[in-house]
Amino acid sequence: MVIKLEKVDVVVVGTGWAGGVVCAELSKAGYKVVALERGKNQTREDYIGVKDELRYTNRYEMMQNLSSETITSRNNLDEVALPVRTRKEMMAGTDLGGGSVHWAGACYRWTPYDFEIKSKTIERYGKGKIPEGMTIQDWGITYDEMEKYYDKWEKTAGISGEADPNPLAAKRSSDYPNPPMKESPPIKLFKEATKKLGYHPFQVPAGNLSQSYTNPDGEAMNACMYCSYCTQYGCDFGAKSDPLVSVIPTATKTGNFEARVGANVRRVIYKNGKATGVLYVNTLTGEEYEQPADVVVLAAFTFTNNRLLLLSGIGEPYDPKTRKGVIGRNYNGQFGITFLGARGFFDEKKFNYYAGAGALGGVISDYAADNFDHTNLNFLNGGGIEMRQYGSGPIATNKVPKGTPSWGAEFKKKSVHYTNRSLVVWYTSANMAWWHNYLSLDPTYKDDNGDPLLRVTFKYTDQDRNIAKFGIEKSREIMEAMGADIVDEDEVPQEFDHVYDGGHYAGGVIMGTDPATSAVNNYLQMWDAENIFVIGASAFPQFAGHHPTETVGALAYRASEGIEKYLKEGGMLVAKKEVSTQV
Amino acid sequence: MADNPKGVQDKKGMSRRTFMKNTGLVAGGVVGGGLFGSLLTNQLQDKPAVQSTQENGLIQDARVFFSRGQDFDILAAATERIFPKDDLGPGAIELGIPYFIDKQLSTEWGINAKEYMKGPFAVYTTNTGTHNNSRNQSQQGPNAETQVPAPTPRYQTKMTRSEIFVTGLREMDNVAQKEFGASFVKLTGEQQDEVLRMFDEGKVDLKGIGSKNFFNMLLQTTLEGAYADPVYGGNKNMMGWKMKEYPGPRASYMAQIEVDEFVKLEPQSLRNYQGH
Repeated sequence: MVIKLEKVDVVVVGTGWAGGVVCAELSKAGYKVVALERGKNQTREDYIGVKDELRYTNRYEMMQNLSSETITSRNNLDEVALPVRTRKEMMAGTDLGGGSVHWAGACYRWTPYDFEIKSKTIERYGKGKIPEGMTIQDWGITYDEMEKYYDKWEKTAGISGEADPNPLAAKRSSDYPNPPMKESPPIKLFKEATKKLGYHPFQVPAGNLSQSYTNPDGEAMNACMYCSYCTQYGCDFGAKSDPLVSVIPTATKTGNFEARVGANVRRVIYKNGKATGVLYVNTLTGEEYEQPADVVVLAAFTFTNNRLLLLSGIGEPYDPKTRKGVIGRNYNGQFGITFLGARGFFDEKKFNYYAGAGALGGVISDYAADNFDHTNLNFLNGGGIEMRQYGSGPIATNKVPKGTPSWGAEFKKKSVHYTNRSLVVWYTSANMAWWHNYLSLDPTYKDDNGDPLLRVTFKYTDQDRNIAKFGIEKSREIMEAMGADIVDEDEVPQEFDHVYDGGHYAGGVIMGTDPATSAVNNYLQMWDAENIFVIGASAFPQFAGHHPTETVGALAYRASEGIEKYLKEGGMLVAKKEVSTQV
Repeated sequence: MADNPKGVQDKKGMSRRTFMKNTGLVAGGVVGGGLFGSLLTNQLQDKPAVQSTQENGLIQDARVFFSRGQDFDILAAATERIFPKDDLGPGAIELGIPYFIDKQLSTEWGINAKEYMKGPFAVYTTNTGTHNNSRNQSQQGPNAETQVPAPTPRYQTKMTRSEIFVTGLREMDNVAQKEFGASFVKLTGEQQDEVLRMFDEGKVDLKGIGSKNFFNMLLQTTLEGAYADPVYGGNKNMMGWKMKEYPGPRASYMAQIEVDEFVKLEPQSLRNYQGH
């Protein structure tokens, strides 16, 4: 028996940055909004006194319980996908605020090149530069159009940062609302070395607050204490910007908003080209509910947005054999082969590496996007080169130079010796889209409700291996300039290893101007259902060479504007433009 | 499941006393008569009415997962070889690592309560190594900071971690018998290393999981036991943290973050931090 609830204006699936922004904006505008979150409630009180490396970093306290549901994974179309079974291999946020609570806090705007990558590549290098099978495309929106949403999100989140000094950096309409975080000695070392090499270092823009701050919605946040329990933790001091200290309280204050936890959405109910609401299960009682709404917003993690559309039969599923269909198309992300670089061991220096914060660090954008000439390079796009001071717990600081045994007497000696003497520089490289990387439903494995799991098909290409190799070389040069006594390079992996850590998964419900190659328009409204908006990294047609969160936040503001417009006027917000049928 | 899959019978059960003696032998006499010996002796004696913090901690040192003492003794000997006592500080046994692992195996992690454990299972009897051959998981990655190197991290067995440990430790004893004609705990340190190396290199046919996967789990939990908060039973008296000069969980490092020299702080545990 499905219990039918009273209709609301907007039902939002997921309460991370994507869903949280929509909840705040629409409830502020006077609409009745219900958010459904499959995890439990959580507040700052849940993090006070629990700075426990084993529990959070090694046992993944804040990650989704996989006992009912995970994803399956394979590299090639002719392989049988296997489930990704453990939380070590599959980390997705859960609970109120979603993955946006345990995030590190790195905030980058993406560049004009990123939003018009296909046109700009052809313009600068000619058509032949894009290899056969690479399905990159323009977003249907430009950086200049995105700028005001970036600016708005930065102010809501209270980002601490300084403008990128690179002369090629995109224009900003205003400064970051808070100054950059403190410069620790390793960051100074990184900045001095990169300057010497002719680059333009700056402080990583951070969602960890450099000072106490009240955002335009009146939400107060505290200054970061550099306690290091940050990435994979909730902040006990209210000093990491997340939905729990910003958009969710903003929505709650309006009296128009309800966050319902333990509500696992199984289907979008869809009739005659429109959604009428969603079907969800109370995870504690097992009771099924139907929540009717005028607008359905899918703002869950990339995997869940894709899976819900495929399970609900909305939009044509992508078929790699015909290269037709849209849902699941252009799956992409930063993982595995990204974040490779060089580790330096310093015999004469010792850093206070027990201290740190998620996004504390230095970065250069000299090898990001198309800021450097690719004419003679065997890859497109680029990435930031970062040196972070996360602060490390003692289980994590067991790094030893290559050639050291991984256990026994010598390992113990070296791992203790180098505990506070090693630093990493890495390349946050971009990931391009390919016809063979996509999402679909798994034919074999199911969740507790008997619904098929989502299946990921993903493999590396020469583009990935070449860009990684380039980044590792640049990272090594910087680490050498920093004066490390031993520099160890990462090796380039041959194939994707099915480890889903870090949370940078994207695509499958991508933005664009052509319904044949995109699922949503530039308001993130579905071409196939005018009252369904699908928000999040699922909209990225490919992944830029910097972290995704700020772009997710900005897109959520863009979508909120669209939803409000739709609630007033109805209809498709953007005219379809059939520019091509095939890439 | 047969206790000894290869049908090798133990010649005789080992007493705690024999184990103490042998552990002393394998670790070059460093541990046997020392702390671990007195630790066991203390347990067998009547407790004084008032206990110091340290003695209070020792009350918690009893097995809650391993039913057979011998499985636990093999575990203790193996972890001591992985993380031996030296001039820097205590080894696995003195740090309480075997008890840490014993306790962990009885938690939701030990029974894979939050993992996807639905079939069908593609059971790897050995490490297939088709994935991630070249990348050292421990080196890099936004969240890979604590990973032990493993050629393929895919977990595709029906066995839970606690089942893997019991199976793996018993197989370790079988291999010791086969290679050296004696139980693992009776071997010399070098012989024990050789057995451990066979597991590390994936040379032992360990059904359902692969010996390398088991070894990686053993290695990872050993390191966790050395450095996790003492509340979990390892890192006795924060001795692991003292070796690394790790200060423990604190509200703020505002005063240290910009300082050029290394600032050494006396460690504090979760118990201090929570204010109990």
